[in-house]
Amino acid sequence: MQLGKDVRLFRRTRELEIQIDQFLDALSESALVFKSAVDVYLKEGCSTEFNDKHLHVDKLESQADELRRNIEIQLYAQTLIPESRGDVLGLMENLDKIINLIEGVLWAFSIEKPEIPDYCHEGYRSLADMSCEAVEALVLASRAFFRNIEAVGDHNHKVMHFETEADKASTRLKRAIFDSDIKLGHKMHLRGFVENIDDIADWSEDVADRLAIYVIKRTV
Amino acid sequence: MEITILLFLTSGLFLGWALGANDAANVFGTAVGSRMVKFTTAAIICSVFVILGAVVSGAGAAHTLGKLGAINALPGSFMAALSAAVAVYTMTKAGLPVSTSQAIVGAIIGWNLFSGTPTDPKALTKIMTTWVACPILAAFFSAIIYKFIVWFIRNAKLHLLRTDAYTRIGLLVAGAFGSYSLGANNIANVMGVFVESNPFTDFSVANILTFTGGQQLFLLGAIFIGIGVFTYSKRVMLTVGNDLLPLSPIAAWVAVVSHSIVLFLFASQGLEALLASNGLPTIPLVPVSSSQAVVGAVLGIALIKGGRGIQWRVLGNIATGWVITPVIACGMCFVGLYFLQNVFDQTVFN
Repeated sequence: MQLGKDVRLFRRTRELEIQIDQFLDALSESALVFKSAVDVYLKEGCSTEFNDKHLHVDKLESQADELRRNIEIQLYAQTLIPESRGDVLGLMENLDKIINLIEGVLWAFSIEKPEIPDYCHEGYRSLADMSCEAVEALVLASRAFFRNIEAVGDHNHKVMHFETEADKASTRLKRAIFDSDIKLGHKMHLRGFVENIDDIADWSEDVADRLAIYVIKRTV
Repeated sequence: MEITILLFLTSGLFLGWALGANDAANVFGTAVGSRMVKFTTAAIICSVFVILGAVVSGAGAAHTLGKLGAINALPGSFMAALSAAVAVYTMTKAGLPVSTSQAIVGAIIGWNLFSGTPTDPKALTKIMTTWVACPILAAFFSAIIYKFIVWFIRNAKLHLLRTDAYTRIGLLVAGAFGSYSLGANNIANVMGVFVESNPFTDFSVANILTFTGGQQLFLLGAIFIGIGVFTYSKRVMLTVGNDLLPLSPIAAWVAVVSHSIVLFLFASQGLEALLASNGLPTIPLVPVSSSQAVVGAVLGIALIKGGRGIQWRVLGNIATGWVITPVIACGMCFVGLYFLQNVFDQTVFN
């Protein structure tokens, strides 16, 4: 009887490991699609290609939501990792918020259709790039949290680096926007987008900080 | 069996119940306390393996107690076990990590004093040295095993969930081994004093399997340990599990394994024979304290982690227990035997 339970325990464990990996894949993919969606918007505006990418992120978001819910329920229903499940739950929910932020920015592009002057294109591109890199590094840090706890610090370090770079890019971009001759309303509109994209990097850094604490808790 | 015989055995059975209620927590406390293992699963494994350990390997440590003082009248055995039980109860109330081993040795010496039987100084020294060696050895084993496990986990790079699954199974296996060792080592405390005045006789099943009187006695004691586990140990597990030092499930596994190795070493006749046949010095078969072995094991882990957060007072309490528990039990037994002999008119020694 106990042996049967143990076999089931290992099978369930393997299924959950796969689901956690799929969730992280969804986050990583949504960051990459986001980066190219911003690039497409800067070139073509709200084109079909942009809408396809937006739809893609939408699907990834729903998929990630379902995976997260399932993982959380399994962890609690089967009292798995009783010592760390609270931390894992917090991590999953915070990572999920990043996908929501990414989806939100794409919705804003799609609804508000901001007119971005040519001299700002490079700034937006670089900001989206840095935010995407921060998310990518955070995904690696999160994978390390599950499999190779000592490597979390290395990846977290990169998250911090890309967040700082994103902040610099955002400041440069805001300066360029407000130094220009466009109308104040237009400036405010553009600033909103800068802040929303920068939020992705900022939130990644916050999650990385929490992750660092979870690591300390697990090694004590 | 006469009702009086059963009556005289009750003190030993009560001691067995108390042992099950308290010491099961040393084996499964953290596992159940941290919800890694269900209480019912823990209780079933613990009871089954305690009984197996007691019946299969219980004779070695009981023999050493017999050398210290062979209580040869059932009323005498009754009083020895009763005074040990009272000493354990008193010390538990005082919040000290008490050991049935130390209580029963005190009680036997009390009987020796009362009956005028000389106490074998060699056996006494052997037993007392073992008490000191027990937590030290447990600390030594746990430090080494912990170091190895940390190294292994670092290099194996297992998934958090996989590690959790392995730890659960590890805790069950270590718990089974711990319960077996507990039964083998500590049944002597519960039933050892009744060995000389054993009311049971040998019988064999179809001339193949002989079930000795001693094994029947140990089986009865072990069943009461099991009853103690089922009826009372849950609350002890839930409080003790996180009381001493909050341990991670992996550290808890290390503590249980080290504790079990020590108890096994001091109970295994097979190991003794193996060492003796190779001309190596043997390990004395002595009932030791399960609680103190666990405290030693936890200290070993704390030391290897840099010695932070160690409550040195706990060590002081153990040393106090080495002195106070046998003294209380010895005094109680002496006085009790006097009453049993002179008021209740019972033969307490032959």
